[in-house]
Amino acid sequence: MTDQSKNPQNESLADSELSELAPGAELQQHSVDAAPIALGAVGWVRWMWRQLITMRTALQLLFLLAVASIPGSVFPQRTQSPLKVRQYFDENPTTAPILDRIGMFDVYGSSWFSAIYILLMISLVGCIIPRARVHWKSSRSLPPVAPRNLLRLRHSSTIQVSKTPSEVSQEFFPVLQKYLATKRWRTVVSELDANDPTSGYVSAERGYLRETGNLIFHLAIVVILISVAAGSLFGYRGQILVREGTSITNVLSQYDAFTPGRLFNTESLVPFNITLTDLAVTYEDTGIKAGTALDYAATISYRETPDSPLEKRTIGVNDPLNIGNSSMFLVGHGYAPRFEVRDAKGNLVFDDAVIFLPQDSNMTSTGVVKVADTDPQLGLQIIFAPTAVVTEQQGPHSLFPDLIDPKAFMSAWIGDLGLDTGRPQNVYTLDKTNLKRIGFEEIAVGETWDLPKNAGSVKLVGVDQFATFNIASDPAQNWALVGAILAIVGVIAGLYIQRRRMWVRVVTRDGQTWIEIAAMSRYEDVDVSSVVESITQFCASHFGVERFAEVTNEEKSH
Amino acid sequence: MAINESYAQISNILVYGSMGAYTFAMFSFATSFAQGRDTEINPSNGRKAGNIAMSLTWLGTFILGAGVLFRGLSASRVPWGNMYEFSISGTFGVMLVLMLISLKRDIRWLGLFIILPALLSLGLAITVLYTESAQLIPALKSYWLLIHVSAAVVSAGVFSIGGVVTILQMMVSRVENRVAAGLTPGRFEAVARRVPNAEVLDVFAYKVHAFVFPLWTFTVVAGAIWARSAWGRYWGWDPKETWAFITWVGYAAYLHARITVGWKGNRAAWIALAAFATFIFNYFIVNFFFQGLHVYSGK
Repeated sequence: MTDQSKNPQNESLADSELSELAPGAELQQHSVDAAPIALGAVGWVRWMWRQLITMRTALQLLFLLAVASIPGSVFPQRTQSPLKVRQYFDENPTTAPILDRIGMFDVYGSSWFSAIYILLMISLVGCIIPRARVHWKSSRSLPPVAPRNLLRLRHSSTIQVSKTPSEVSQEFFPVLQKYLATKRWRTVVSELDANDPTSGYVSAERGYLRETGNLIFHLAIVVILISVAAGSLFGYRGQILVREGTSITNVLSQYDAFTPGRLFNTESLVPFNITLTDLAVTYEDTGIKAGTALDYAATISYRETPDSPLEKRTIGVNDPLNIGNSSMFLVGHGYAPRFEVRDAKGNLVFDDAVIFLPQDSNMTSTGVVKVADTDPQLGLQIIFAPTAVVTEQQGPHSLFPDLIDPKAFMSAWIGDLGLDTGRPQNVYTLDKTNLKRIGFEEIAVGETWDLPKNAGSVKLVGVDQFATFNIASDPAQNWALVGAILAIVGVIAGLYIQRRRMWVRVVTRDGQTWIEIAAMSRYEDVDVSSVVESITQFCASHFGVERFAEVTNEEKSH
Repeated sequence: MAINESYAQISNILVYGSMGAYTFAMFSFATSFAQGRDTEINPSNGRKAGNIAMSLTWLGTFILGAGVLFRGLSASRVPWGNMYEFSISGTFGVMLVLMLISLKRDIRWLGLFIILPALLSLGLAITVLYTESAQLIPALKSYWLLIHVSAAVVSAGVFSIGGVVTILQMMVSRVENRVAAGLTPGRFEAVARRVPNAEVLDVFAYKVHAFVFPLWTFTVVAGAIWARSAWGRYWGWDPKETWAFITWVGYAAYLHARITVGWKGNRAAWIALAAFATFIFNYFIVNFFFQGLHVYSGK
């Protein structure tokens, strides 16, 4: 084992160094060599493939993904706030359509964003596989051959001992090897060969988990990318408004808004049933933040399937109800005033609580009541204010979100509500094409308004609340979580574990026996001097040597 | 729950007090800086002023820590509900990290360059960002606030120290390159003579960034888990989330440039600074000018 250039282990050392330095460097080399001059279709594809699976390309794609996600934070996005997109179109009628064509209002669902995403995924896989193969080989190979002169390394030391080199090699090296094994070094002993004075040494290496961590981290990124994509393809998001005391079933027709993933199957909706028994909202009532909701909680009873037992619980903010892959989140609330409408003869023709949509932070809400069973039909357009005032600038509105002085401000319309046209109608607006306004009035709870033109009467009986629930399903979210945990574990191992090599050699100088100790790491920030120090201490105490020289070759490596 | 106004008052006084201590520390650091010639040749120059500065910085950090504590006690919660509270906690995070590092290595040379931005940050907090102590908005009521925001605050501290060291490294390497090319040292000579050489700074900056990257990864993941329980999805490309991701990519690119490609010095430093810029952008610009779910600037 004298001639290092003939030693195959030495070659593999160089190989693994290269692979650590630049995974896929080998491939990059090929691709540079194989510049696509007159390559033909297959050659081109192969060349592009090789370009794609280099670490450099993966990094560039990751960078591109970051840059590509910026416009989504600048322009309003349809998936998050369709209203703001409409507003943007109104304010910028010329530029908006152009921006829309290049996907600026749906950046994260656009084809170019998906393209970067998919290329990145493929590129990462292409990087990981060869790198894992190299790591598999190198993690089973033995620690590398010692450099010829250990004292020329940046961190090294030497001590003189009163034993012969062969005694050191035969008696001490096994002891050292055992000691190193307890410190989780992988070791190999090269026995002293009489023909070669530099052949007696122990070689050790540790920190193989660093590269394992790196690979796990990059694999985890791929898992996350796939999970995010799968979640948006197979999942759904929707919104349901539920009045206190009523129940809903998780079927498509109950949703006020529903956004399915591209590959979502409606039949996979779990038909759970939920009754909202109580909704409690508390508000800050003093200070500068008066009127902000402090907390809200919905008490519900539910069945996971039509056959399961009835269960009870509370859904709060940050505390969703999970059923199968679907989860139900409390995201908002509002008022549902209860009205009684009687016709001219005093017959009850309408008796229900109606969901009103909040318009501001003080819960000024708007809604309509449609009574189709009278002749002519009656429509009421109503502003509801939980703490009502009327000012000249703002008209009727609310000063505080809680029910302190609730009032309904109603304008009554008679005629044809347009319900018989067969067209789907918005339940929150009146179609006034065939309606005539007959009057305006404000009433408090318990008060009745006798409508003009002998059109009957309206009574504000009471005020219920309703809760807004987001229901979402993401079948891949657990995989994303697994990916995220693996990524954290992997990145900690990949950055905190330090790969070090260390050698202890016995030599003869000036007729005396010396032990030389040296350590190195490819990473310049890794502190290997402590390794040299502790091994030197170990050798010194074994031989009872008190004084030794530490050689720190600062200038040599510069 | 009611707000304890006297605790909020005590907190304000303590924050002002810490600024006082830091201001005197800054003067001492500046004195030490002015006295220091070449630290390698005569390390005792400016030593006394430097020691006083370090003591004052410890004092200021304790007072600021107490201020953050009382701010939390005033509303019986962790003091991370709005930007004022993030700023005082984040500055405390920076100074605490600096003090902890100072237990292991001599970083007097770094003091002046950290205490200036720390004072600036506290100044911004008490003038522009100040908000009365109040209860949390419902979405923030979760134990994930503790986990996600504490990780974010520590990350902010370490990112800032990494950023400052990187800027110093670029100044020093400019001087070193000019000297090597036979030119005059240039305008950063004064700095270069008082801090370690560019290679030491480069390695230090790398260590700081390599330490914080897993923590930032954790911050983003913890935020995603919290978002899942608060808003029904773990990732929704909210502006804050988008920019947290961009910052993550920036630092990932820096680490790859260092480890995989083997870049050192200025080329890697520019990437680190760009990543730090996206972090600062996320904190100040996104909170105030972008509309999203992370609305807690308190304005």
